[in-house]
Amino acid sequence: MKLRLNGAARELDVHPLRRLLDVLREDLLLTGTKEGCGEGECGACTVLVDGLPVVSCLVPVAQVEGCDVVTIEGVGGDHPLQRSMMAEVGAQCGICTPGVVLAALALVDADRKPTLARMREALAGNLCRCTGYEAIHRAVLAAHAERHAK
Amino acid sequence: MRTATRDFTLRRARTLAGAVSVLRDEPGTVPLAGCTDVYVALQFGQRPGKRYLDLTPLKALRRITTRDGWLVIGALATYTDLQRSRLVRAHVPMLVEAARLVGGLQIQNRGTVGGNLANASPAGDTLPVFAVAEAQVVLLGPEGERRVPFTSFYTGYRASVRRSDELLTAVEVPPIEGRQWFRKVGTRAAQAISKVVFAGVRASAPRLALGSVGPTVVRLPRTERSLASGEPIEAALDVLRGEISPIDDLRSSADYRREVSANLVREFWAGTA
Repeated sequence: MKLRLNGAARELDVHPLRRLLDVLREDLLLTGTKEGCGEGECGACTVLVDGLPVVSCLVPVAQVEGCDVVTIEGVGGDHPLQRSMMAEVGAQCGICTPGVVLAALALVDADRKPTLARMREALAGNLCRCTGYEAIHRAVLAAHAERHAK
Repeated sequence: MRTATRDFTLRRARTLAGAVSVLRDEPGTVPLAGCTDVYVALQFGQRPGKRYLDLTPLKALRRITTRDGWLVIGALATYTDLQRSRLVRAHVPMLVEAARLVGGLQIQNRGTVGGNLANASPAGDTLPVFAVAEAQVVLLGPEGERRVPFTSFYTGYRASVRRSDELLTAVEVPPIEGRQWFRKVGTRAAQAISKVVFAGVRASAPRLALGSVGPTVVRLPRTERSLASGEPIEAALDVLRGEISPIDDLRSSADYRREVSANLVREFWAGTA
């Protein structure tokens, strides 16, 4: 099957019912995507499929045929949100962080400054047991400000 | 994942007719849409089936349209699609509210209306909405299409009149008179399975439905009659307490559910006066 992964065309020969999460981690060694609960509750395994956040633990890999998939590795490491997550200590133990970053990208890219309600709604599917979310919200706002400066 | 899928097979549907043939010729085939229930079952070590049929290539089933004043929601419409649809926002705002409260965005981007209905959980968030909307379910089988009133779709716990060779293709909603109201009560504000989920329509004959208080979603005909006859709300709530039979389970207790149900109906009645 064919797909785009982090901007590059890829061809995979995998069982169609395997979880996207497992194919990413085990076959493609993209271990930035974390497994938390495995049942779609925690958001740690969030990736973007055609621009929308989904939990890769509940996606049979066949369903991303022809899709554009972005994992945390595709965000690059020097994205304003990744830097602000460091600066604001939006990451502590780190297991939720890749999923949080991917789920929050749309907030950072949006023209309007995200309200607290918007941030809470966008991140409702990402559980963080360390930060209490406030540092994450600060990081999102800082990244948004940097992205839209000038 | 606790269930090994190695020995399972997946077909991808290319046409509606082809999908129905697969269901007819290969009994036990499990249709797949957003997988937000089936893949949780697999994670828990269950085996919903050995053969799977992916419906997601059937893009036509994702459309939301109107016909003769009815809203026609394709089975593959996601919760995100419902929230973004101008038609749904105009016709069934209570469905938008229900969709907004299903899981987080990640689930809303994947889970589908058809899946919510076919999965037949008594806790399905959209089910009370379709019950009070007097919607009908469209089923496509080898002999053609049939329509079933939503209120007679379920026959028991996780059981419906859908035959295994039928595909749930759409849900159709008639025009709704009267104010619509939806409220879900879970353990936390977001990302929770409902303890009690309620939808109501304040028409001259009010319509009420509750989820998670019985083996299937229920309409409340006795409580509805009480409210329609102009009895005081507290008298109607006494009828309600006797009309539902919630159970104790891992998410909540029967007593809590009965009392919260009464509170929701009271709040609905005051909020739509």
